[in-house]
Amino acid sequence: MGLAFSATLAARGFDVSFELAPGETLAVLGPNGAGKSTLLTLLAGLLDPTSGRATLDGAVLFDVGAGRRLVTEPRHRGVALLAQEALLFPHLTALENVAFGPRSRGEHRAAARARALDWLGRVGVEDLARRRPAELSGGQAQRVAIARALAADPSLLLLDEPLAALDVAVAPAVRTLLREVLTGRSAVIVTHDPLDAFLLADRVLILDGGRIVESGATAEVLTRPVTAFGARLAGLNLVHGRATASGFAADNGLEVPSAAPLPADRRLALTVRPGSVTVSRSPDTPPGTSRVGAEVDDVEHRGDVVRVHAAGLVADVAPADVVALGITPGMRLFVGFRHEDASIYPL
Amino acid sequence: MNAGSLPRWVVALAAVGGLFVVLPVVALALRVDWARFVPLVTSDSAQAALLLSLRTSLTATALCVLVGVPMALVLARTAFRGQRLVRSLVLLPLVLPPVVGGIALLYTFGRRGLLGSSLSAAGIDIAFSTAAVVMSQAFVALPFLVLSLEGALRSVGTRYEAVGSTLGAGRWTVLRRITLPLVLPALVSGAVLSFARALGEFGATLTFAGSLEGTTRTLPLEVYLQRETDPDAAVALSLILVVVAVAVVGVAHRVRPLGSTAPSSPRPVREVR
Amino acid sequence: MPSSHRCALALAAVVLLTTACATGGQDAGSGGPGADPTGAVDGRITVFAAASLKDAFTELAGEFEQAHPGTRVALNFAGSSDLVTQITEGAPADVFASADAKNMAKVEDAGLLAGDAVDFATNTLQLAVPPDNPAGIASLADAADPGVKTVVCAAQVPCGAAAAAVERAAGVDLAPVSEESSVTDVLGKVTSGEADAGLVYVTDVRAAGDAVRGIGIPEAVGVVNTYPIAALTDGAEAATAQAFVDFVAGSGGQAVLGAAGFGAP
Repeated sequence: MGLAFSATLAARGFDVSFELAPGETLAVLGPNGAGKSTLLTLLAGLLDPTSGRATLDGAVLFDVGAGRRLVTEPRHRGVALLAQEALLFPHLTALENVAFGPRSRGEHRAAARARALDWLGRVGVEDLARRRPAELSGGQAQRVAIARALAADPSLLLLDEPLAALDVAVAPAVRTLLREVLTGRSAVIVTHDPLDAFLLADRVLILDGGRIVESGATAEVLTRPVTAFGARLAGLNLVHGRATASGFAADNGLEVPSAAPLPADRRLALTVRPGSVTVSRSPDTPPGTSRVGAEVDDVEHRGDVVRVHAAGLVADVAPADVVALGITPGMRLFVGFRHEDASIYPL
Repeated sequence: MNAGSLPRWVVALAAVGGLFVVLPVVALALRVDWARFVPLVTSDSAQAALLLSLRTSLTATALCVLVGVPMALVLARTAFRGQRLVRSLVLLPLVLPPVVGGIALLYTFGRRGLLGSSLSAAGIDIAFSTAAVVMSQAFVALPFLVLSLEGALRSVGTRYEAVGSTLGAGRWTVLRRITLPLVLPALVSGAVLSFARALGEFGATLTFAGSLEGTTRTLPLEVYLQRETDPDAAVALSLILVVVAVAVVGVAHRVRPLGSTAPSSPRPVREVR
Repeated sequence: MPSSHRCALALAAVVLLTTACATGGQDAGSGGPGADPTGAVDGRITVFAAASLKDAFTELAGEFEQAHPGTRVALNFAGSSDLVTQITEGAPADVFASADAKNMAKVEDAGLLAGDAVDFATNTLQLAVPPDNPAGIASLADAADPGVKTVVCAAQVPCGAAAAAVERAAGVDLAPVSEESSVTDVLGKVTSGEADAGLVYVTDVRAAGDAVRGIGIPEAVGVVNTYPIAALTDGAEAATAQAFVDFVAGSGGQAVLGAAGFGAP
């Protein structure tokens, strides 16, 4: 049961397979053009795959391949779509919008309205029932859109960056609402915000160039990323390297001793938070730390810290230290961290 | 945007263009013999022509809606080989001289025409009938409806329809409850334009339908004929046509697209916790 | 070209030249704004002629240009009343040839005639039927049979007035399926086979060639439509205009008009 998905779309170089247990929420992350929206449109049935098969709770969504072509119409899939824009039908009131799904599934007018009113209440906008979309704010409209999607009682809810178009002031409240309604519900959410993934998703899928580059439980992917993109999402420095006799040797020249034996036959990853990376003018290496000399690539002001890029690492340095050290792009200095702040794991 | 934000010469050219359209109408109104106006436009032949024109134009408009809406839907929502060609062919009556349209209709539905010979054998004669007038009008008016509706369908896009279908709505429900309501303003203004074009139809009617009072002599044909003997009557009837056309265009412009609809009762839009 | 014809033409040219000089002198004396400064038969004139004159006048204009090297005749054909509207609204015309006296009178009333109008041709009505004559029409009475689709001109235009007179003379009451505003439209309905019969001018039947068959109406002989022609005051080439008028009314013009089916005035 749950969702099993495997599809290729030749025209977009898309080739993705995954499974999702019932009641789980999957966050799909990745750079622009990675295939995130393609995944959603294939699931919604707005686009047919070149080949592949997908089932939702045992029912076939599509099964396309040599000699077979079974594609279920969108309306029979039990899949509801919530997009970046609310896309409320402009000619219908909020209530009629929410009642649209139940009505389309043959529910009687009164019953559909009652259900719609109930859902408007659950998303906190029952007092807006009679308004038209043009009379709603962005956040209100997105709440109505959530109610409309859920009133259709979908087996799978698809969310395409549902918070991206909202004011920063409004997004947190809607995110909290989504967190409530997604609990125990099968859902796929496309997002560019790791916060959404952390707060809303049980599992994460990172796409790049139409393929999965990373996947797993949210906590796992976001604490032990294996790709640069995953690391950036997780806000971590990631350097690749290999095992040596005494520990770990990074591709940028850093050496980190390890008490535990590391697998010698595999590529390894080391992650460390930017806040844990220090810079100095002296090559002295206190016990329990590693340092490597490098040229400063870039200096970037980020609110109350200055982010220094060097040796493939970023270090968040206090502005006073930047002044004291006279850090400018092109100068040579030493970057390092304490061994206990880094974690090393196989790719 | 106010005129102050445009280069002056643009405003000047626009004024020239406006005068070019308005002055002839003013000139027409100045020639009206107001003392005889009422008797002229209420004569039996004028009344018969006006009633026939309204009747046939309304029927032609209904015909345009009946086939034009499906045509616009097919052009806007499907993709098939030769679609561009089909679209240009559908729009042909816009650029074709109406007389040529009339000749083409004659060669199709006339007594010796492509289909007309079979129809004639079945006892259906279209030429010289009111039906021929309606067909001439529908032929020239159809592109206006198809064009404005197809444009609206394309600009509305398919996103609302996609949402509707994921919510469980069938094709007919999507069409009836989403697509058509969304393009209703365009449908209304397209129909009004078609009606106006049908009302002014002259060339195709003259060629295909003939001219007989009460049966095929519409207002424009009556104007054309009256001009032979009584230019005053022709001018008076022309003014009636102008008034009807202006009224119709006015109605069309009152219908605004849904996207631009302001809240019916302006209320402060605020966030709900 | 037969030599007798050529002789006639040459003669006509001589006659025309003399008259032209005479009228030219007259015009120069009047000294109006449209007066011909040279008085010579040359330059370009514009002739407004009734639609039914199209074939005959196209040929006549060619012959006139040949007879008077240096002249150019521009032709504008339309329904007579259209032409009257254009002329009275200031269209630059040198000569007007009308299909009836009524329309010529309108131009005269507007004070736009340079001289007197001259009747130069007559026309009578005939029944035109498709070549295969599907309704088997042999007389005007046949055209009045119920079920026969007969087309006539509307009473407001000259050919319609003539049709009504022919009906009265023959004691036949037609029930037309259409009353067209021009004789060309009547003929078109017959040539396309939409109508079984149409009342048109003899000249229209002649010009249509094999496209229609003409059936004579004895009673129509008494209903004669007369065509007047006149030079106009607004023209810039008064001498040439008058020369053209005289050419049309003269023997050369009459030969061409006769060949097209027009009767002598």
